[in-house]
Amino acid sequence: MQETSIPINSVSSPSVILELTFRLKIRDVMTRNPVCAGPEDSLRQIQHLMKENAITGVPIVQNKHLLGIISMDDIVSALDYGYINDTAEQRMTTNLIVLEEDMPVSFAISYFERFRFHRFPVLNADKALVGIVTNRDITTHLLFEVNKEIEQLERAAGRAATASAVPNQVQSFTVKKHDMAKAGYASTQVKLLLKKAGVSPQTIRKAAVAAYELEMNIVVHSDGGELICDFSPDKLVITSRDSGPGIADVNLAMQKGWSTADEWTRSLGFGAGMGLPNVKNVSDDFSISSSPEGTIVISTILLEGQGGQG
Amino acid sequence: MKASAIKDLGYEVQCEAADSEITGAYTGDLLSDVMGNAPSDSVLITIQAHKNTVAVATLAGIKALIICNDRNVPDDMAEAAKAEDLWIFTTADSQFDASVKIGHLLGL
Repeated sequence: MQETSIPINSVSSPSVILELTFRLKIRDVMTRNPVCAGPEDSLRQIQHLMKENAITGVPIVQNKHLLGIISMDDIVSALDYGYINDTAEQRMTTNLIVLEEDMPVSFAISYFERFRFHRFPVLNADKALVGIVTNRDITTHLLFEVNKEIEQLERAAGRAATASAVPNQVQSFTVKKHDMAKAGYASTQVKLLLKKAGVSPQTIRKAAVAAYELEMNIVVHSDGGELICDFSPDKLVITSRDSGPGIADVNLAMQKGWSTADEWTRSLGFGAGMGLPNVKNVSDDFSISSSPEGTIVISTILLEGQGGQG
Repeated sequence: MKASAIKDLGYEVQCEAADSEITGAYTGDLLSDVMGNAPSDSVLITIQAHKNTVAVATLAGIKALIICNDRNVPDDMAEAAKAEDLWIFTTADSQFDASVKIGHLLGL
């Protein structure tokens, strides 16, 4: 039987495929809990196992420890030479090449190319057998992932064709002190506008995080203020401006976990000292200045290449 | 898994939404942490039963909430979830127990 190799090699494949073969781990594609046999089982029993389960290779294990493998070829030889009633232990292949479950799939592909085996047993970090991987497992999962990528591309292409770019416009939202019930209104509006303009979900999320955290900061910490969202086709600039009392130490406020929030705020799951670091994290450009008269934070999110051509 | 599969855990549905695909989960009560780190298309396991959780979930692309420890879902929270097409489940399970069960459902 001639084995066809996986038509993916490490240089000339599209980068999306290469990326997938690195991103996917063997544990993502392997067959878990494969059908196994013990060392005392006869080849005849194993032949039946293969038939019942429509498989062509059976790992021989004892207490999850892999001892060897019996393949269809071994069974054919056994029938040919009349030792089909021998035990697995007597006839199994013990010189095994195994893979580990946290290796990237690219590893498995290169192993299949190099060794021409039909399957590789997969071990976990404790050297216990956790699965078996075949060419078919890999192609199936790659096709599945490629389908997902193509769906995304198609959606993006559809957006680019039908969506208009983010319009030039400025939206201002008044944010009141301690108005927890309204918190999230401004960020939801930002999200809706970007979504309508066909901006990618990742970028929308960045903008939503920045807007929400800034909005929340005004609600929780300030005497009230406003959020000004300046939209243009290539970027969104969110300016948060409040009327005091200011941040005593801006450097401290930028540290994760540092917070001056009160008990009430904390009991609602806010005030964990993540807000400003979160905003900075999602921003392509970030600045903050503070005085007792008020705090101004400016967060810029780039929207380039987000379906703006349409 | 589908969002509706969470029903199979015996969790009570407080708000039903589109049966979208759930590909991950996040457990946390610090909503800023959730906002910054929860994956999209996920289920959030939390005890924060109030309207702001809905806002955070929506902005982070979370599709379902599991409110643990038998905490009560206030009406304004359920209404907000309905408007945002977000599932809310309630359970007597702790966040840990719910996380383990969701992990199983996700095949982790």
